[in-house]
Amino acid sequence: MRELSRRDAMALGVAGAALTVIGPDERATAAAKETADQIAKFTGGKAAENGKVSIELPEIAENGNTVPLSISVDAPMLAHNYVSEVLVVADGNPNPGVATFRFSPISGKAAASTRIRLATTQNIIAVAKTSKGEFFTGQKLVKVTIGGCGG
Amino acid sequence: MAERPRLKLPKEAKKGEVIEIKTLLPHVMETGQRKDKDGNTIPRKIINKFACEFNGKPVFAVDLEPAVAANPYIQFHAKVEESGTFKFSWTDDDGTVTTAEESISVS
Repeated sequence: MRELSRRDAMALGVAGAALTVIGPDERATAAAKETADQIAKFTGGKAAENGKVSIELPEIAENGNTVPLSISVDAPMLAHNYVSEVLVVADGNPNPGVATFRFSPISGKAAASTRIRLATTQNIIAVAKTSKGEFFTGQKLVKVTIGGCGG
Repeated sequence: MAERPRLKLPKEAKKGEVIEIKTLLPHVMETGQRKDKDGNTIPRKIINKFACEFNGKPVFAVDLEPAVAANPYIQFHAKVEESGTFKFSWTDDDGTVTTAEESISVS
């Protein structure tokens, strides 16, 4: 429930900013490792080829509470060869997982949109898996203005 | 918690057309990261799965994590070859499943 007063929200924003100032390196490396682990789990250790995956996000997200995200994969959606799953992870959130989209040939298009939460400026990484077991990846940096107070 | 989902998709389409479907379910998507005024962690409560099927065949699904924003909005596509019914379902952490249906006529 969104029952935070404006004052609380400001305090949270300041606290969040302070946290990132104190330990950005430790947090960043831990998150990077977890993110890499999650991707490795998804691909079964196979390397994902760069390309074919587009991620649409605002370059600067003023409100990290709801950031529009669109992903699309430039690959056929045929009965015998289609994009079956797309994993989306964020390397600067408390947990890297964002969502896993599961497509079928009836999806018609390997494209989907949603709205996500971002704790701080970070990379969004999408990894697509095809029904043939190929993996493609793309990533995008998004700048997040914490708490919307211009920090 | 039985909030009504919002759906947007065409009522009619041509055979083989790829249509766009937009869905939104009002839901708090509590992350399990936040604390209340007394410092107690507010337990996680999110929609962890969304699924769409058409005439009984799976079309599209999403596994959601707490990083999906409140009132989860999901937009995707479907290739329609025949008239029929889309069924949508949202699964809450507490096991509640919210469902909705929408028909389309394909010519």
